[in-house]
Amino acid sequence: MNGLKIICGHYGSGKTNFAINYAIDEARNGNDVTLVDMDLVNPYFTSSEYSDILKKNGINVISSAFACTNVESLALPALQMIFDSDDTVIIDAGGDDAGATALGRFSDMIKEKGYEMFYVTNMYRPFTSVPSDSADMMKDIEKACKLKATAIVNNSHLKEFTTVSTITDSVPYAKEVSEIAKIPLLFSTVPRNMINKLKENENFYPIDVYVTTVWEKGE
Amino acid sequence: MSEKVLMKGNEALAEAAIAAGCRHFFGYPITPQTEVAAHMSKRMPKIGGVYLQAESEVAAINMVLGASAAGVRAMTSSSSPGVSLKAEGLSYLAGSDLPAVIVNVQRAGPGLGGIQPSQADYWQATRAPGHGDFKMLVFAPSTVQEMVDLGAIAFDLGDKERMPAMILSDGLLGQMMEPVVMGSEEKKVQEKPWAVSGHKNKREHNVINSLYIDPPNMEAILKARYERYAEIQENEQRCEEYLTDDADIILVAYGASARISRSAVDAARKENIKAGLIRPITLWPYPDKAILSKIGTTKVFLCVEMSTGQMVDDVKLIVNGKRDVRFYGRTGGVVPTPAEVLNEIKKIKGGI
Repeated sequence: MNGLKIICGHYGSGKTNFAINYAIDEARNGNDVTLVDMDLVNPYFTSSEYSDILKKNGINVISSAFACTNVESLALPALQMIFDSDDTVIIDAGGDDAGATALGRFSDMIKEKGYEMFYVTNMYRPFTSVPSDSADMMKDIEKACKLKATAIVNNSHLKEFTTVSTITDSVPYAKEVSEIAKIPLLFSTVPRNMINKLKENENFYPIDVYVTTVWEKGE
Repeated sequence: MSEKVLMKGNEALAEAAIAAGCRHFFGYPITPQTEVAAHMSKRMPKIGGVYLQAESEVAAINMVLGASAAGVRAMTSSSSPGVSLKAEGLSYLAGSDLPAVIVNVQRAGPGLGGIQPSQADYWQATRAPGHGDFKMLVFAPSTVQEMVDLGAIAFDLGDKERMPAMILSDGLLGQMMEPVVMGSEEKKVQEKPWAVSGHKNKREHNVINSLYIDPPNMEAILKARYERYAEIQENEQRCEEYLTDDADIILVAYGASARISRSAVDAARKENIKAGLIRPITLWPYPDKAILSKIGTTKVFLCVEMSTGQMVDDVKLIVNGKRDVRFYGRTGGVVPTPAEVLNEIKKIKGGI
């Protein structure tokens, strides 16, 4: 049993891109991984769209039968298996408190199984640019899903305009969010090609960009 | 907020309106536009503005009409089926010479269609947003930054010309995120001496109305309005050209399709195919000058749209048979890829 990891955060904090990276890394570390796409509120840029790359890495993807279609349905996939599974189960929750609400229905089972919940935050998003606002957002999400965040993931970035200083400038912000929220800062994410330019005394986590537009993919 | 922030297209449209001095927003939820309303509902109460969720799209557009008649900057937003419901109000706004900004984050149609992105409301926006003889300003941003910039321009030009302005976006642009810089200073809204905002016994009362009793009088008003439209057509068209000077094949695309087409042009250039792009930023007034100026130098125009082919009619009207005008599109919520567009360019290249 490798546990249940829930990834929550504000719309556009980069939850989905982080969830994909985290799932792939767990799989590359030799774990059996299941990724659950629970973003039922907003059908754009969800992790189900990236099933191909996930499956290529041996990751089991669970999503609504209506993912990638026009149905905005609260048709949840058969989720019982995630409580019986020995896989590392990663749940990509929907954005904000609205998106996390669906998770609340399973909160008792999740608590019984044991879980970690990562709150993803991005300093460059207007509603979470102030540490106390970000911590408030986290509390709203916790209330909606009836679960407690256990760590902060600093995913501060400006998409393709992200530079080394974009990341380093955000570290004090992330530490402040962590202090206010009284939970540890797990790490700050960094585009893989910049990881060597950053000091080793901070905790950085290299990621790739999977969530992009069709013209960025250039295919 | 003068530094860079990461925003969704829909959020940027809302912030742009706020920065432009809009304090009256009347909305109704519909995917993929809902974030505009959701953002306004969070922001407006904090800045002394009005966010009101109407009982329907019809109600929302008529609230916009009332607010605009009173002289304030007003906005509503919706997505395709909801915009159809606003048709009557849009016609009344135009008939009353009232400015307002209407956002359409297009999804697939007809009917309920689907919630994935589309550009199939081009004809609705540019030909017949409602009944009667009238035009509406139509702006087509293709980046999140441009949503911010055009938001302000739509309000300014709409106020100046006293006519409704539409921001024609789509689900892809509305939902995607890009870094933007918001303007740091607040816009000053210009005086509107025609507004029905209380005469306080200091002037004659103003009348805002779209009913005309006397046909010849109404004809004269319409003719005067169309003279203004002609000036706008002459002076306010906007577009961006990319590598068009030596291009044998010029793509014409707006919004998200323009982003895809630009990638395809870059890919074509790498294969030594002289492709270029004209990207209309105003869809009405349509940038006919840019297209006219390239008829002599290019061999083929290729329209790329997320529809079965609508804007291509405008290009054909302008080109008027002097050059071949082709079309490539995906529709029903399917987004064309740069590779598909490149393939079309290659097919055309093989034939010229």
